[in-house]
Amino acid sequence: MNSTNRPRRTPAETQAIVETSLRRRYWAERRFRAYGFTAVTAGMLFLVYLFFVIFSNGLGAFQQTRIQVSIFYDPQLIDPTGSRNAEDLRGADYAGVIRASLRTKFPDAEGRAASRELVRLVSGSAPFELQKKVVADPALIGTTENVWLLASDTVDLLRKGHIDRSLAEAERPLSDRQLGWIDKVQAGGALALKFNKTFVTGGDSREPENAGIWGAAVGSFFMLALTLLLSFPIGVATAIYLEEFANRNRWTDLIEVNINNLAAVPSIVFGLLGLAVFIGFFGLPRSAPLVGAMVLTLLTLPTIIIASRAALKAVPPSIREAALGMGASKIQMVTHHVLPLAMPGMLTGTIIGMARALGESAPLLMIGMVAFVVDIPRGVTDAATALPVQVFLWSDSPERGFVEKTSGAIIVLLAFLVVMNTTAVILRKRFERRW
Amino acid sequence: MTPVALTLALCLITVGAFWIGKSRSLALVGGTRRVRHLHSLPSHYGLMTAMWCALPALLVMGLWLTMQDAIILRLVVDHLPAGVRDLSANDLSLVMNDVRNVVAGNVPAASVSDTVRGASAEYIGLRGISRMALTVVVLVMSIGAIIVVRSRITPELRARNRVERVVEWLLFGCSTIAVFTTLGIVASVAFEAFRFFSMISPIDFLFGTSWSPQMAIRADQVGSSGSFGAVPLFAGTALISFIAMAIAVPIGLFSAIYLAEYAHPKFRTWAKPLLEVLAGVPTVVYGFFAALTIGPALRGWGESLGLDVASESALAAGFVMGIMIIPFVSSLADDMISAVPQSLRDGAYALGATRSETIRQVVLRAALPGIVGGVLLAVSRAIGETMIVVMAAGLAANLTANPLEAVTTVTVQIVTLLVGDQEFDSPKTLAAFALGLVLFVVTLALNVLALHVVRKYREQYE
Repeated sequence: MNSTNRPRRTPAETQAIVETSLRRRYWAERRFRAYGFTAVTAGMLFLVYLFFVIFSNGLGAFQQTRIQVSIFYDPQLIDPTGSRNAEDLRGADYAGVIRASLRTKFPDAEGRAASRELVRLVSGSAPFELQKKVVADPALIGTTENVWLLASDTVDLLRKGHIDRSLAEAERPLSDRQLGWIDKVQAGGALALKFNKTFVTGGDSREPENAGIWGAAVGSFFMLALTLLLSFPIGVATAIYLEEFANRNRWTDLIEVNINNLAAVPSIVFGLLGLAVFIGFFGLPRSAPLVGAMVLTLLTLPTIIIASRAALKAVPPSIREAALGMGASKIQMVTHHVLPLAMPGMLTGTIIGMARALGESAPLLMIGMVAFVVDIPRGVTDAATALPVQVFLWSDSPERGFVEKTSGAIIVLLAFLVVMNTTAVILRKRFERRW
Repeated sequence: MTPVALTLALCLITVGAFWIGKSRSLALVGGTRRVRHLHSLPSHYGLMTAMWCALPALLVMGLWLTMQDAIILRLVVDHLPAGVRDLSANDLSLVMNDVRNVVAGNVPAASVSDTVRGASAEYIGLRGISRMALTVVVLVMSIGAIIVVRSRITPELRARNRVERVVEWLLFGCSTIAVFTTLGIVASVAFEAFRFFSMISPIDFLFGTSWSPQMAIRADQVGSSGSFGAVPLFAGTALISFIAMAIAVPIGLFSAIYLAEYAHPKFRTWAKPLLEVLAGVPTVVYGFFAALTIGPALRGWGESLGLDVASESALAAGFVMGIMIIPFVSSLADDMISAVPQSLRDGAYALGATRSETIRQVVLRAALPGIVGGVLLAVSRAIGETMIVVMAAGLAANLTANPLEAVTTVTVQIVTLLVGDQEFDSPKTLAAFALGLVLFVVTLALNVLALHVVRKYREQYE
């Protein structure tokens, strides 16, 4: 036999061999474990870094630079006839008022070019702010008042440190003269960051300093409300039918396979469906939250159905048997006993589905919700955008000022998502029941 | 009445119907004390009345409103002056668009021609008549139904059975929506795709290597024939998905192994949901992150290494997409690893294997089919992902395997072709549907395969 020919090892040799191999194996063990830990840490770091980038870029969006200017409401410019007629007051030359006030503040701005540069320090929408003030209170005319005017987006960028002063004059958006004025204003304490009300309450705009997310938020709200109205009843009804009523046959198998597959179909394909069927075939309006909601309903239905079925499955059969034993009909058994017990699970699934719908943008691009919409939508058939689409639109804008707005909109979007998901988790924890 | 007001009125009438039916049934037997003489609960009689009141009326209203517009337009066209009526179909539809815009108030009536103004006035008049008629029909139907049902209610009437039959049908109807959605997707996408294939040969589309979906405005224009060879798009999609999986599979798999086999339960309870936050972040956020941070950073590093990195490189998009997919891989793999019976692990330990040896040689091998299924699902997600690539990958259809260059994907091209104004009969628009069909078929095949593998695996250990 072969084994007899092999030289016999002493126990000490064997022990040495085992010890080296053990050392190697334990080392492999530690390495393997370290790989795993590194992977988890890497995932976490990505998450932290993502949030860091978004927040460090976006928190500034909630503040906007304003310049304090002492404004003389010149009767010659606003209301030369002295009629105090609201129509005249609305049409007056408020840009001229601002120009005159700025020139008194900076007498060194001589000539047209300098004057134009001076006016560019304040936002193009500043005259409208003055107009609103004067129309609301005509007694201001003839008086002088310190007003915090909205600064232009370049001044805002400078104040927030996004403009490199060391660049050559031609390469930066502000001239040396403008920088000098800004420094002078800042030294006098007349340049400050104030809460950006426009961002929270305004609609979209081409100018970063006037852009707001309220229009998109309202669009998202309409869409989500309608999606919830459509998808929750349909989803729950489907789940009840499949779990409680349907016999297992080819038809129900087909439905089940369909639901499982729809859950994994790319969202953009739902957008194609919406474009071809809802808009192309039924002739519903483009860019409308109504169509968006219908597409999102089809998109979220599988999520809701799968969660609702799981919730129904978790209700023990004894409850059903007891109800039937007491003479309840099948519908009564479901509506009086099974459904209330399964409801927390169904709601959790629905909220998660809604959170997914809120963050979805690809199908909305297909149905034309990428239009530039300034007005706040007032109904489900008005043209609207949604929060994630607004993020997409702003991220496409060339102006540097929109980077901050985009991140700000993302913060708002994430805040909504956190609230929704936390509600879902709390709901699950609070009503979770083990039978 | 406007449709909204009519719906509200119908709701009120339905509530009334419920009370009428309920009180009628109680009155028949003589009050709540003698309710046991009724076959069903009083509320069942109420529900039955309400259903008869609302459902037929709603059905009629739905049909009426979907047909109304087409019929009125037809009538308006018939009454147009002969000169306008004989215009080609395209020009006529332009005129009718003007009419619609005037009716909707998008365009002031003063700014259009007399013909259009007349037509829109006629449209508004006809719509008024139609609404009036609808109101009358719906009200008569619902109130008539209440009267008839009320007279039919007897204590012996099996109201509960009837109501429940209807409810069961409603439940069944809801469950068919999933099937109709799939049918709708297949029908709409396939229909447009076939129109595309009647203009461009499927062979050219599937195997052509040049993609420039421009169509000539004039027939004699230079470079007028667009080319629709989709291979660069498929290659770009494959490249970006491959990069994404190269990031997501190792990290996701090792995270799952660590969380399932090594981690302290306390660590697991907070680490797992935190990782899943990555899946909950909207994809548009990842797209912004990729375009704002990762793309320029990669370009910067490339420059310092002397490499030429495109600012919209496949690497940036694939990397960020990989981060997004980590939680899909990790949570599916985690499920699969947890489903491996403890007895297999105990057997391996009993033979003297270390933990990592057990995991590598026993647990992972047992869980492999399930993990493969999970990875296939993740691949299908990567292929269908849209926003990240739209924002971070380029539009240039390069046929390259170099991850530092810009490539474009199927989803990017669908978005580019369909966003903005479009006409439904140009090959440019229809190409998007052909791409959508390819996307749908590929992801469907991957999903069916993955679900099949996963189910087979689950059955093995049940």
